[in-house]
Amino acid sequence: MTAIEAAEGRIGVIDIDGKQTNRRRRRGGWAATVLLIVKILLALIFGLPLVFMIVSSFKPDLQIFADLGGPQAFLPVGDLTLDNYLGVFERVPFAQFLLNSILISVVTVGLGLIVNSMAAFAMSRMRLPGRRVILAVILATLIVPFEVMALPMLWWVNQLPYFDGSQFVQGWLDTYTVQIVPFIANAFSIFLFYQYFDSIPKELDEAARVDGAGWFRIYRQVIMPLAGPAVATAAILTFLPAWNQYLWPLMVTQSESVRPVMVGIDYFKQLNVSWGQIMAYATIITIPVLALFIAFQRAFVSSIASSGVKG
Amino acid sequence: MTSVAHSAGTAAQRPGPDTGTVRHGKMRGQGKEKVVAVAMFLPAAILILAFLIIPIILTFVLAFTNTRLVSPEPGTFIGLTNFENLFTDSTFWASLRNTIIFTIVIVPVQSAVALGVALLVNSKVRGTTFFRTIYFLPVVTSIIVVSMLWLFMYQKNGLINVLLAKIGIQGPDWLGDPHWALFAIIVMSIWQAMGFHMIVWLSGLQTIPGELYEAASLDGATRWQQFVNVTWPGLRSTRTFILITITIAAFGLFAQVNVMTQGGPLNATTTLVYQAVYSGFRQQQTGYAAAISMVFFVLVLIVTLIQNFLTRDKEARR
Repeated sequence: MTAIEAAEGRIGVIDIDGKQTNRRRRRGGWAATVLLIVKILLALIFGLPLVFMIVSSFKPDLQIFADLGGPQAFLPVGDLTLDNYLGVFERVPFAQFLLNSILISVVTVGLGLIVNSMAAFAMSRMRLPGRRVILAVILATLIVPFEVMALPMLWWVNQLPYFDGSQFVQGWLDTYTVQIVPFIANAFSIFLFYQYFDSIPKELDEAARVDGAGWFRIYRQVIMPLAGPAVATAAILTFLPAWNQYLWPLMVTQSESVRPVMVGIDYFKQLNVSWGQIMAYATIITIPVLALFIAFQRAFVSSIASSGVKG
Repeated sequence: MTSVAHSAGTAAQRPGPDTGTVRHGKMRGQGKEKVVAVAMFLPAAILILAFLIIPIILTFVLAFTNTRLVSPEPGTFIGLTNFENLFTDSTFWASLRNTIIFTIVIVPVQSAVALGVALLVNSKVRGTTFFRTIYFLPVVTSIIVVSMLWLFMYQKNGLINVLLAKIGIQGPDWLGDPHWALFAIIVMSIWQAMGFHMIVWLSGLQTIPGELYEAASLDGATRWQQFVNVTWPGLRSTRTFILITITIAAFGLFAQVNVMTQGGPLNATTTLVYQAVYSGFRQQQTGYAAAISMVFFVLVLIVTLIQNFLTRDKEARR
């Protein structure tokens, strides 16, 4: 089993705790102090705006502006209220936006994991015809940013036939489908799984073959159970963009029934709401992701680290 | 296509041992293996074709037509007219200029800041995890949320100007002043994305063997010499990755602009993607938007080719 453990270690070796040895000599006291001060200053620069956002979401606008001049801008003091949060739910169908975003990102990530890992399995383990060409195409598409093709794709999805339950109509606009289907297959995710599968010893599937397992069963019961770290990485790296999608839903959604939270905040702001309410909206859509991040910090960080190591 | 998918689907559902003689079974197994492989690859292949390859090809086709987003009339071929209009449109030149300025500033500054911070927290000193986590928080915060937050902080009487006033600086109307708006967006963008590249630099730093540093300090190398002779060469592939990803992401600047300034004031913050969305979505001129997208595509291609050329050159010299 050591080979598999080594394979598992391949993604996920780098973590935020800094396991690597401290290669620097112990510094003199003053140098360490200066470095600590720099670190604290940076922590203030990167952390305080978020604290400001959360704290302001509990204050009326008058108090937010009155507090700006001092440290109380970053402290939950004074006339605290939940009115801003109530306002968010009153002015827009916020619960619907939230539900839409959750549905879209969960389905995109879930289907993506299946489709991409299956494709990678066929490339890594089986005699897929044209494998080299396919790999080259996938690598080439990695450099093309979505924004390049967003506008032609907007026209394109508007030409596609859409089955609305009873009949085919033209165009996918203003549906969940148009926000999910184009983002299921992901070249980066396929490549990630492909690399990971390649690191799992082939003897395992040969043994399963001898035992009479078919290819699909090998994929499901031998390879995927060993691919936990790759699944985590792919899930995180596809969840963040799905949750944060903005440009695409801005163009393809018109109804509140399919609008995700990120486009909703734009729309919310246009209703001339108070800053406190905008901060409340921003806080509610940020806290779940921050909580996920804090809970799965190692997985998050190693995902991003591995995305870089591959380059 | 459908018949392959169908037969492969049944093959995949009924996995079982191959029967028959060994040789015959092996050959049959290979044929079946191909069919199953194609079936497993097919969903991804169809989706990539439909939502990656075709849209890329469409960019190059639609750019030479007068196609409209919603129109009963199909678009017709109009040659280079879109590009002629584009190159005589001062808004396009403003968007190209802003996109390039944004990229040229962001790429070195953001990667240098991220490297500096990575070096700062690349140690096992107590509390390092805490600092890394804080620096990383803006990355997991959506750029839309960040833009809203900074839009608030950049108000004329907002947090930033109030804090600046404390140290005797009178801040400008950041987003309302054409001289400052793009700068304000640059600062905010670096704040948001720096943590991502800090982590990538850190993972690169951790691939450099500690023995190299020990050897260097035994030879009496100063910290700066260690950086120049050990760290910097050791980060070569990380560097390439970071430069390419920051550059491509920077070319795609859109969300911040759309939330904070809508391209203004006086086109001071409009970008290629913002203009593409403006013409292709708001004005429904798909053909014209495709022409802008093509310019964007060519920029990405040039950068990637230059980057490839530079790294190849270095490898050859070694």
